[in-house]
Amino acid sequence: MQSNSKAIRLTRRQFVAAGAMGGAALAAGCNATNHGGWDFLNDAQAQTLAAISDQIIPADEFPSASQAGVLTYIDRQLARHYRRHRDTYRDGLAQAHAMSNERYGRDMAALSSTQQAELVSAIEHQNRKFFDLVRNHTLEGYYGAPRHGGNRDAVSWKMLGLAEPPVRGRAQYDLGKGPAS
Amino acid sequence: MKRVNAVIVGAGAAGGIVAKELATAGLSVVLLERGKWYTANDCRKDDLRNQRTTVLGNAFGPEDEGNPRVSVDATGVAQIVLPSEGSYSNDAACVGGGTLSYGAMAWRYLPQDFRMRSIYGAPAGSSLEDWPISYDDLEPYYEKAEYEIGVSGDYSGTPFHGPRKRPLPMPPLPPNREFEILEPAAKRLGLHPFHIPMARNSVPYNGRGPCMRCRWCVGFACEVDAKNGSQNTVIPTALATGNCELRTECMVREILTDDRGRARGVAYFDANGHLQEQPSDFVVVSACAIESARLLLNSKSRLFPNGVGNRYDQVGRNLQGHHYTGATGYFDFDTYDDVGPGASIAVADYNHGTPGLCGGGMLANEFIRLPIQMVDQMPVNTPRWGLAHKKAMRSVYKRNIALMGPTQEIPTADARVTLDPTVKDKWGMPVARISGNVHPHTFEIGAIQAKRCEAWLNEAGAISTSLKIYKPLIVTAGQHQAGTCRMGEDPRASVVNRNCQVHDVDNVFVIDGSVHVTNGGFNPALTIMAIAYFASESLVRNWKGTGFRS
Repeated sequence: MQSNSKAIRLTRRQFVAAGAMGGAALAAGCNATNHGGWDFLNDAQAQTLAAISDQIIPADEFPSASQAGVLTYIDRQLARHYRRHRDTYRDGLAQAHAMSNERYGRDMAALSSTQQAELVSAIEHQNRKFFDLVRNHTLEGYYGAPRHGGNRDAVSWKMLGLAEPPVRGRAQYDLGKGPAS
Repeated sequence: MKRVNAVIVGAGAAGGIVAKELATAGLSVVLLERGKWYTANDCRKDDLRNQRTTVLGNAFGPEDEGNPRVSVDATGVAQIVLPSEGSYSNDAACVGGGTLSYGAMAWRYLPQDFRMRSIYGAPAGSSLEDWPISYDDLEPYYEKAEYEIGVSGDYSGTPFHGPRKRPLPMPPLPPNREFEILEPAAKRLGLHPFHIPMARNSVPYNGRGPCMRCRWCVGFACEVDAKNGSQNTVIPTALATGNCELRTECMVREILTDDRGRARGVAYFDANGHLQEQPSDFVVVSACAIESARLLLNSKSRLFPNGVGNRYDQVGRNLQGHHYTGATGYFDFDTYDDVGPGASIAVADYNHGTPGLCGGGMLANEFIRLPIQMVDQMPVNTPRWGLAHKKAMRSVYKRNIALMGPTQEIPTADARVTLDPTVKDKWGMPVARISGNVHPHTFEIGAIQAKRCEAWLNEAGAISTSLKIYKPLIVTAGQHQAGTCRMGEDPRASVVNRNCQVHDVDNVFVIDGSVHVTNGGFNPALTIMAIAYFASESLVRNWKGTGFRS
């Protein structure tokens, strides 16, 4: 699959750039709060996670999970609302990395798409708790509001044919900002 | 602190109404609310952080941090749960309570809903009971709620409602596409579809404009303030009298009692975390079923070693909500028209009258679903992930209709709120421990209701359907939580009398969903409001300046 070669050995900056096709200005905005790195993940973990997320939502005529900024979403939440899931992520990603090297002698990001899909299925069966977290968080990042770092340029809402921005009323608050509460 | 006539704990659906009724009658009131006061400007249309989809927390409280509960499932496993998790059974903590962000269905219960035991008998193991008041007792107060809060809709399509003296004050919103698809199908099945009554302006009302029909409704604050809750109706009226003071971010620790066994006020933590005492002539508890029970249980003293109102171990029992089941239908044409609030059509044909079933519930179409709310609503056999899931999202998103309904639950005494012996909240108070379940007959009814939804969808032209049938392991009280301070004549089997007065402390009242004996087959908000008007009237009538006429 097209996206796999792109996902190999990407740093945080390159990730943002890769996803920015058609949305460079927005990508710069997303990156503004990061200081050149991830909030929680390290680069190796990010590559493994990107490989898993891109099997959960692969690219077709619309972007894959990582292309739409899902890793930014997950990373940001692991430093915020999902702090309680840090251990599950750390252990799960280490396990995925080990399984990939054990089975195929290579890192997950370097596998073919077919091998990655096999491996993700194996993870789903062996570590359901971790897989369900990644699966749900990937869907949240892809289909949720762009303000949280995923769904870059509202790409999934456009895919579904939804109005973006949504119908607005009298109160013209900034839709890009986080919650008031 | 200056003594007042009344302290009201909780500024939600009921507390706001009680505050307005007492303040306009000239009584001095302090209204305590543990959350903040949000306005239309605090609507952020954040689909991951609201009261409906809470993966990133509740927008209108409580915060995940410092507000745990303990949930005990049928197998006896206890776990600490957070407000953003389902088994917590959260209701919003803010001025307006659930009514700031609710879907705003504004139902009257049916006359039969107040006489469940007389009609059906109590299934073995249940605590099914009649209310000590009837639909006719509440009718004038339902009407008052409909007019003061503001309800739109039209009951003319259905014979299944109690007698009413006046029509609703506002017409329904124009039908959306789902209404137009579902209405003729329901009629072909011999059902009686009608416009859902909603506490939402369809025309300008009470000085505010109508719904602009965006698709961000249930779970969110209304950004044009067209959705009617206590925060934009009765609470401003209460404050305008000059007799009511609203204090936000104030968490009540306990009801204080004197040596004669009467309440003398409350102790609460203010916004800065300082412990304060507010003396009062009487106390009204309107904190929602779980927190109201918790407050009574936490109010221990020499005379009340098990908490206020709990002499016979009744506080916290009969916890119930609604058992939601339904079906999703998938169509080969667009059903989605991007018009809010989404939910538009209902039938009440199945609330009562099915041989062998103790009741039922109304069925209605679901509020509009944002993409994240659809990811687990794909057709049967769709993989949970991968390209097939992505493609299904694309092909199904605008081509499905979800029908569901709140099955009236058959309560049990074992579904209950107690105090957890070890877990404390951020103020150091024992938290609510939720255990037990409603009677299993509830789930039999729910399964049949789901199949009725499926039949309606098939008649409407669905090419496939998926059933949503559940058998939860714990009472799913949710935002519709009720029953924990049951209203009744017998002090040994209930907590408050018909006027919502605690049996053994005559100057403490519980006025909210806690007093519901049963919870109807409908969203409970309008009934909570009607009871608040009903109880307020008797409270004002019986108040003699220094005590209550007995």
